[in-house]
Parts: sequence; C-alpha cells; structure tokens
Amino acid sequence: MEQTGLKQTPLFQMHKRLGAKFAPFGGWLMPIQYDGIIAEHNWTRQSASLFDICHMGEFLVSGGLSGSGLEKIATFNVSTIPQGSCRYGFMLNDNGGIIDDLIIYRLEEKKYMIVVNAATRGKDFEHIKKNLSSGATLEDISDNTAKLDLQGPLSQDLLTSFLGPDILGLKYYHFIEMTILNKQAIVSRTGYTGELGFEIYIDADSVPKMWETLLKNEKVKPAGLGARDTLRLEMGLPLYGQDLDEETTPLEAGFDRFIDFNKDFIGKDILLKQREQGLAKRLILFISDTRRSPRHNDKIIVEKKDVGAVTSGSFSPSLGKGIGMGYVENGYDWLGSKIVVKNERTELLAQITDKPFYKSGSARK
Amino acid sequence: MNIQEGLLYTKEHEWVRIEADTAIMGITDYAQNALGDITFVELPAEGSEVEQSKMLATVESVKAASDVYAPLSGSINKINQDIIDSPELVNQSPYEKGWFVSISIKDEKEKSKFLNASDYKVYVEGLV
Repeated sequence: MEQTGLKQTPLFQMHKRLGAKFAPFGGWLMPIQYDGIIAEHNWTRQSASLFDICHMGEFLVSGGLSGSGLEKIATFNVSTIPQGSCRYGFMLNDNGGIIDDLIIYRLEEKKYMIVVNAATRGKDFEHIKKNLSSGATLEDISDNTAKLDLQGPLSQDLLTSFLGPDILGLKYYHFIEMTILNKQAIVSRTGYTGELGFEIYIDADSVPKMWETLLKNEKVKPAGLGARDTLRLEMGLPLYGQDLDEETTPLEAGFDRFIDFNKDFIGKDILLKQREQGLAKRLILFISDTRRSPRHNDKIIVEKKDVGAVTSGSFSPSLGKGIGMGYVENGYDWLGSKIVVKNERTELLAQITDKPFYKSGSARK
Repeated sequence: MNIQEGLLYTKEHEWVRIEADTAIMGITDYAQNALGDITFVELPAEGSEVEQSKMLATVESVKAASDVYAPLSGSINKINQDIIDSPELVNQSPYEKGWFVSISIKDEKEKSKFLNASDYKVYVEGLV
C-alpha cells in the first residue's frame, strides 16, 4: 500500500481500519470505496455519508478590498459576495481556458477563503499570487486544514445533534464559523452530491476525532471517492481534469451563469469573442439505452461522423443505466437527439438529455 | 477470500466445474471483489462456439469494463440469464447464482491448464 510520492490525509489509518480500497487521486492516496460504490451511493441519497475530502486545497486572501486582485482572477463577482456566503465559478487563463473551478468564501470584509482542487493546488497558488495586487496577502492553509463532507437528506439532523442548532438556519451556499472540538471551524451548506449536505473545514489535528464522532451514529456511513464520482455525475456536475481543463472555456462547458460579463477578469475577451462568433464545441449530457456505461475517451458518433469524445462516464445507480458527459462539435448538441458511443471494445446507443440526470436531490430543499 | 474446493481455476480468475462432458464456469470471488460492483454482463449466444483463452464475455463494473476469457473451447450450451437481469448476483454469489455459461467441452486435453483450489490459493496470495 506504500506508494511513493503520494500524500495521505490525516484519516488514512482510519480508512485502513475500515477496510477501504485506495487509489491515487490528484497526488493523494485516497479511499475509493469501503462497502461498495453502489451501496455508498444509495446510502448518500437516502441517509447520510461522510467523505474525507482533506486532499482539496484552501487558500486565504486578505487585504485591500477592491485592490485584492481577486476580481480579476474569478469569473464571478467577488466584491458582492455577502459575508457568510460563498460562490462557485472559475479562474481562467489568457485564452479563456479553465485553470480551475473554485469556491470563494467571504469570511470577513477583507478576508476570503478560496477552495481549489487537489491536483491543481500548486498552479492555482502561482496564478493567484501572480495576479494579486500588492496590498493583498495570499496564504496556502491546505496542510493544516482538513475537510469533511457530510452529505445526505439526514445530514442536517445528524450534524445538529453534534454541533447544536446554529447550523439549522443555513441556506444553500451559506456558511458559519464556529468552534468544534475547541478549534475554529467553518461549516458550509454546500456539496458535490446533489443532496442536502455540509462541507466542514476544520483543523487537521481535530479531524480524526470529528470523523470518529460522526460515524458513531449508525445513520452515517463512510463513502469514498467512487461514490462521490457517481453522485456528482448524476447531478451533471463537472470534475476538473476530466470534464474541464485549460483547453476548455466555461461557455463551452455550459456554465454561462457563473460568469459576470459586467466586470473585468482574465480571459474575458476570448469569452466575448466566443459569444459573438459561436462555440467550436459544447458539453452534452447523455443517457445510455441500457445498463452499459460510456467511458472516458469513448468516441461520440452521430450519423457515422466522429463529432466528439466522452469526458466522464459511469453506471448510474439511481437510474439503473449508463450515463455520461462529453464534448461534441457545435450543432450536434440538440436535446433528445441520439448518439452512438463507441470504443474499440463495443458501442452503445444513448440520448442527449438535460441536467441533472437525477432529479430528486435534497440539496436545495 | 472464498476459494471453493472441488472447482478448477484459471490464472485469469475464472472457475470451472466439470460435469461429464460439460463445463460450467464463472468468475472467482477474488475477481468479483477486484472489479467491485458489477453493473452489466454481456454473454455469448447459446449455440455459439468459443475458443480457449479468447474473449467469452464482458463484465462492467462502476469503474471499468473487463473481458472474461473462455476457460475451454466448445459450444455454449446454456447462459445464465439471471446475471444479465441482475448483475449484482456475480458479486453476491460468484460460485452459485452468479455462474456465467455452460460449455460443451470440445477437447478434454485443455483441462490440463487448470489449477486446483490449493494451487489457485497460492497463486492469488502471490498477487496481493
């Protein structure tokens, strides 16, 4: 199990004791499953699951408000985020390509936390540092910051019994700072599963205790990155490095609503040009006719023409069918149209659909 | 891990039960555990011919698709429709309800390639 160069989260020994299967992800050796991906997936949809997400990166930006430079870095408006709220969006390169997708939390008037992906943490830090104004400071707090996701329709009740009623009033994409196990922590009503849920940022030393405490309740079970992947895919949520990359713009990925064209940001001219001249490719979601699953890098064929490729594909436990997303040439993205998904092994028939695949999620209730 | 006495095994993690001139086969407990939740199985048509060590079936799990090879040459006698309708049977009961196909054996000599249960156990333990 010792694999060179891979980092381990503070919960590594606990996962081993739970019998987890591990695999490398974004430079980390992460638990992929415990009891099984489908069982963990279904448990998240009906009860509550606990995910170790310590691999993700967290930065703090403080200092000059209008002058922080964050506005230039993010595609969405940062200055209008109310304290106690967070916002999702992108940071782009000069060509409009996505460097990363991220969430920015407004902790104080002049203090923000930025949450980024594990594999991109280094390049994200450099990009932000380069573009931040001189009045602002940037700090990578990832090594001391642990992250636990508690997700599922019962998550709020379970977390309330542990943390008290303060979290009850939290709306979607809002957070509170509170003391947990004598340490300052952030509890955010966000997630990557489509279910009612919370992301908890806590001191790395305290996280084993919190993990154990939450799992004492039999309604909470651990879930790995395997179930996290099928859960997010059923919601049509993209995974950076797979569905999004530096060669893809947020318009091609269909995320127009996370872009504020009333402000300036890096990559904006390219997006404006794309809006004017049209897109070369577009992200589609599709559902297989059978239980057979599309896979990453499968070809997408329409009328015998190779028009694109699958970026994410899996079996959907909730729908009992294969589902996927991928990019096709402009003009082949019509809802309801039929596509063929093909690799050297086999091919399947699928239909382009809208998101989410799974429509009964409790996230926004 | 469950390795059943009395069955024959391949290094590709298939098991075989010989009954007169017929071989019933499936994948081992080790294989189903390594694959994870099985979500789709494609089997050859009854009456079709298969060749030893060539592709016989496709098994998809949540994470990936894998080939299953024919342990013996011969014609497909019967397929297990139950695992097409409920692929999870392969995880739950790899040696019983999760069997794949039965094959009318063409060449008895091909059986010499198989491992017995204790040899397969040694082989699998060497993989971990």
